[in-house]
Amino acid sequence: MQKRVVSMWFPRLPSDRVLRVRPFETHSETPFVLTQNQQNTQRVYCLNRAAEKQGLYRGMGFSDARSYCPELQSQPANTNADSQFLHVLARWGKRYCPWVGVDGDDGLLFNVSGSTHLFGGEQGMLVDMRQRLARAQINARIGIGDTRGAAWALAHYGDDATVSDVGEIANLPIAALRVDAKTDMSLQRVGLRKISDLLTLPRASVARRFGGDVLLRLDQTLGQQPEQISPLQDAPHYGVRMTFPDPIGLYDDVMAGTARLLDRLCAKLKAQEMGARVLQLTLRRVDKGNQQVELRLAAPLRDHTRILPLFERGVHDVDAGFGIDQLRLAAVHVEPLPNEQITPSSAKPRDGLDDLITRLGNRIGLENIQRFHPADSHIPERSFQISPAAYSDASGNWVALRPRPLRLFPPETIRFTGQITSRPPMQFHWRKMFFSIARATGPERIAPEWWLPDDNWRSGLRDYWRIETRQGRRLWLFFTPQNPNWFAQGEFA
Amino acid sequence: MIDFNNHFPPMNARTHEVCGASALFFAFSLAARLGGTTIWVRESWRSEQINPSGFAQYFDPQNLLVAQAKNQTDVLAVGEESLRGKSVSLVVIELDQDISLTQGRRLQLAAQAGNTTGLCLIPDGMGSNAAQTRWRCSPIFDETGGVADSTLQNWSIIKNKSGTLTAWNVNWDAKTRRINVVSPTAQR
Repeated sequence: MQKRVVSMWFPRLPSDRVLRVRPFETHSETPFVLTQNQQNTQRVYCLNRAAEKQGLYRGMGFSDARSYCPELQSQPANTNADSQFLHVLARWGKRYCPWVGVDGDDGLLFNVSGSTHLFGGEQGMLVDMRQRLARAQINARIGIGDTRGAAWALAHYGDDATVSDVGEIANLPIAALRVDAKTDMSLQRVGLRKISDLLTLPRASVARRFGGDVLLRLDQTLGQQPEQISPLQDAPHYGVRMTFPDPIGLYDDVMAGTARLLDRLCAKLKAQEMGARVLQLTLRRVDKGNQQVELRLAAPLRDHTRILPLFERGVHDVDAGFGIDQLRLAAVHVEPLPNEQITPSSAKPRDGLDDLITRLGNRIGLENIQRFHPADSHIPERSFQISPAAYSDASGNWVALRPRPLRLFPPETIRFTGQITSRPPMQFHWRKMFFSIARATGPERIAPEWWLPDDNWRSGLRDYWRIETRQGRRLWLFFTPQNPNWFAQGEFA
Repeated sequence: MIDFNNHFPPMNARTHEVCGASALFFAFSLAARLGGTTIWVRESWRSEQINPSGFAQYFDPQNLLVAQAKNQTDVLAVGEESLRGKSVSLVVIELDQDISLTQGRRLQLAAQAGNTTGLCLIPDGMGSNAAQTRWRCSPIFDETGGVADSTLQNWSIIKNKSGTLTAWNVNWDAKTRRINVVSPTAQR
């Protein structure tokens, strides 16, 4: 069968992606550009047709563009989102043929051999493609040819008439051969402007003068050298299921079924070098009601002997009703977990701890198992950060320049008689207990961090004193000079 | 005193209780003495909290996990699970209500099953009869030393299932990073 390849080129993919979600009237005539920071300058990355009409072009400085065109609208470019959008389009393209590949960062390739008749022939397919893309407000140029090179050349340099014989291609400029800009320039310098000029020359001298690349591209375009389209792989699916001829309801049976599913799922995860982070076990009952058991793991895991006991608690709570006739196990969230060589030094003793965190997390929530991390602040409440232990590793050096209390509480006023002075009172009441001061060390002045608004620090500066009372307890008091008062905020050992 | 080392660290694979104003210091010095990972179970609504930059000189905060439970039932469940888990060396459980004999005994059995030490921080005058020992730790004003960060305190065993009740005056030796027993003659 004759091989047919469609090449689709999206000349303005980044700006189309941004503009198609805006109301139509605003972007049909308003100039719009996407900007990107290149070599410390904001440059125009992509622009729409209205902006091009105003004389703007890609790669020009953004401030220049704004001065030429004061009503210019702009937005920073997001190349990651562009690439994702292209992959979405590739997935859409599978409606035309199963072999869809991504070509660079602004094109798609379809191997449509044998599937054109489903759309009423090649013309019908191309019309369908154009209509759908136009409805989605995406600028596209489409070429069809016998080879990947020919389709690419027609998409980028041809007019929209879709003839793809050698004669048509021969009229295209040299750049349509996908040669680099330097080679293109040197070919033009010797007067070779069109592909037909190149065809008439002896091959040996072309290869000697311009390298083998030009001839390779030429042969690929004309179909004398094969070139493949590598289709995108489907994202691996981490889900397995098992259907029973008769409904089951006993705990042991469900666990045995889960164990079998887990074996298969872990084999799948292992093949992809992934580890499950969130697992979901769905138990379908005969009355079509679904019961779900979710397992959130403290670390990526694909060891079925370790995962299975973690399911016990959840499966215990399941109401089997009249029986369960299908089990479905899916790894909802996976993380890369590369194979590791097991050596005595790399054997992780943390496995047991991770399992414990998982078990506790399934009872009180994985984000409630926390760990302290040092933070760079003099404010006592902000001298540490708390983050879930499952998503962070133990880290950091704890350096205390001055003694800090073991226990912190929100500031509590202390009661005392007499004048409020900047020296601590000799005797005071705190939490209905009486204290007399035997030794006071201080003051240590801590200023509020003005860049972070905090209601507790509205009272301004604080002078902290370390107080040893004759009754034994060692307290951390502070005085607020801008708003004179005394408070207790912590207790030492 | 010599017999302090027979009592501290308290018996492994049992749960113990500690009360008094210096209970936190007791917990951290015990965690430092046992080594390994410590899990600290508390109720999330409590506004008082432990301060890592304060206890870092006694015990490395990297080895501490904090479990925030929403009520005391969850606290006890998490405590029991961690005691049974065999992967931590100390489980500190902050309690603010009385626990029954059954609950205390369950913790005790879990500690035995997991070969882990459990420590309940209890308010004064509470506690369960199932605990192996109960300690009261209260700070003492250090008249003799003029040092800025004195940690002198009185540790007394006020309940002991297998032994006598005793008391020591101790402080923290920052250089050797361990508990020092202060001789009673140092007192007036």
